[in-house]
Amino acid sequence: MLELTRITAGYDRRDPVVREVSLSLAPGESLGLLGPSGCGKSTLARVAALLHRPYAGTVVLDGEPVRGWRHRAPRAQRTAVGVVFQQPRLSADPRLTLRELIAQPLRATGRRSEVADRVAGLAPAVGLTPELLGRRPHEVSDGQLQRACLARALVLRPRWLICDEMTAMLDASTTAALVAVVESYRRESGAGLLAVGHDRVLLERWCDRTVGWQECSGPGAPQESMSPTG
Amino acid sequence: MKNDPGPTAPVLSVRGLSVRFRMRGGRHIAAVADAHFDLAAGECLALVGESGCGKSVLASALLGLLPGNARTSGSALLDDGTDLLGLGERSLARTVRGRRIGLVPQSPAAHLTPVRTVRAQLEETLRELTGARRPALRPAAEQAAARASFPAGHLDRYPHELSGGLAQRAATALALIGDAPLLLADEPTTGLDRELVERTVDELRRHADGGRALLIITHDLAAAERIADRVAVMYAGRIVELADAERFFGEPGPRHPYARGLLDALPERAFVPIPGMPPELGALPEGCAFAARCGRADDRCSVPPPFDGALACHHGVRADGEEPVHA
Repeated sequence: MLELTRITAGYDRRDPVVREVSLSLAPGESLGLLGPSGCGKSTLARVAALLHRPYAGTVVLDGEPVRGWRHRAPRAQRTAVGVVFQQPRLSADPRLTLRELIAQPLRATGRRSEVADRVAGLAPAVGLTPELLGRRPHEVSDGQLQRACLARALVLRPRWLICDEMTAMLDASTTAALVAVVESYRRESGAGLLAVGHDRVLLERWCDRTVGWQECSGPGAPQESMSPTG
Repeated sequence: MKNDPGPTAPVLSVRGLSVRFRMRGGRHIAAVADAHFDLAAGECLALVGESGCGKSVLASALLGLLPGNARTSGSALLDDGTDLLGLGERSLARTVRGRRIGLVPQSPAAHLTPVRTVRAQLEETLRELTGARRPALRPAAEQAAARASFPAGHLDRYPHELSGGLAQRAATALALIGDAPLLLADEPTTGLDRELVERTVDELRRHADGGRALLIITHDLAAAERIADRVAVMYAGRIVELADAERFFGEPGPRHPYARGLLDALPERAFVPIPGMPPELGALPEGCAFAARCGRADDRCSVPPPFDGALACHHGVRADGEEPVHA
């Protein structure tokens, strides 16, 4: 299970964006979290991905409470979660080729020997040709770069996958293609999925169940935020 | 500016517009090839297609904003016969941008000047384009903001203090100041949530209904359906279908196999992706660029299909989805 209980988080202790939000996700389940721009759903996704330390509340990952976030998270927990962000340009190191980008998590966890096999297996699954794998981010389109970012999230075979507006920048065909890649990985691995987004039609088509931001927020949550981020 | 451009005088008439980038080693990239379309006052044309198909290059060509290694050919005539492609930087800057063509940019947060308030930016644009001076400037700025539904209470904010929707309206307000007869909106809804997308396109539609011509470039088909009178589908730098929006999104639907594939990929339809990826613009195949991904592809597809004003496909699928039988 991935359980978030009464999470309060944000960037200013006096005015947290996320207030007392709870949600839980069973292995193999896909959950869509719907919310308008600036409601705090991306912050919650970062908490669930162990990338943002909440002010209060607990995260329990496969029965084990999470005590550290980012580099303080134990490797076993960190590598159990894969993340895909909204903007591939901001989440890809411009100096790396797509092949290096996909292989980075394996290198960082001392599993270099698996690089050739895993990249060779994943690249065709996400639709990247060997020629594209040799390019750097500025030489590919947003859609192609997001395919690489998805492959990077899957390379460690995570038990949990968090997609924060994965397809917001992409056209209809690339969206359908990436969702198909995620779903085929889940069928084969039994991973759970938290898909965060604002597109109700997409999330209802994609996920087993969807919840609205208001339904999982505690009392005192702000109704609308003027935050500039989407 | 003409006050009464009837349906016979399109606000913008694009004929055979091509853009090629010269790359290192003598390579060329054909980003836009032989685009033809007309745009009348009060009409909205949506240019749709996958990212990297050349849509934004076309918009940049109309505004003369292409980098130095780009070469354009063809023509893009305004209603008085001015050819946008033949104008120099000086005339574009002084007479066209903002005055005859208003640009609603792709990412307003990046388009607005980060160190100045929305009010300061509106006032500067008013001074430049309309010659307004104090004390008329302040109410004029508030009026300009109101035209794009930007709340007056937020005028003294800096761009980073605005939500995505408000930043979009601030950018639209700036684009409307010069009262340009042609509005060009380049991906105005990227990254906005559905409700804001609808509000943004409804506002743009309102400006088209007010008599402006609107060219909206988008990969968001739902937004295009909501706003457009006509749809142009672009694939690998070419317009492959130009159709009435109602027929395109409703019955009988698009005729080009690529356009059909795009609609079928929508989550409210089949949610099935088009197999493969678009070809590289620098290495286009000899024949039809879509053939490699097309279920109908056959021998005829080894030569590029001509665009007949509505469709560029050898199969010429009729509105009922059947292909005419060749003798």
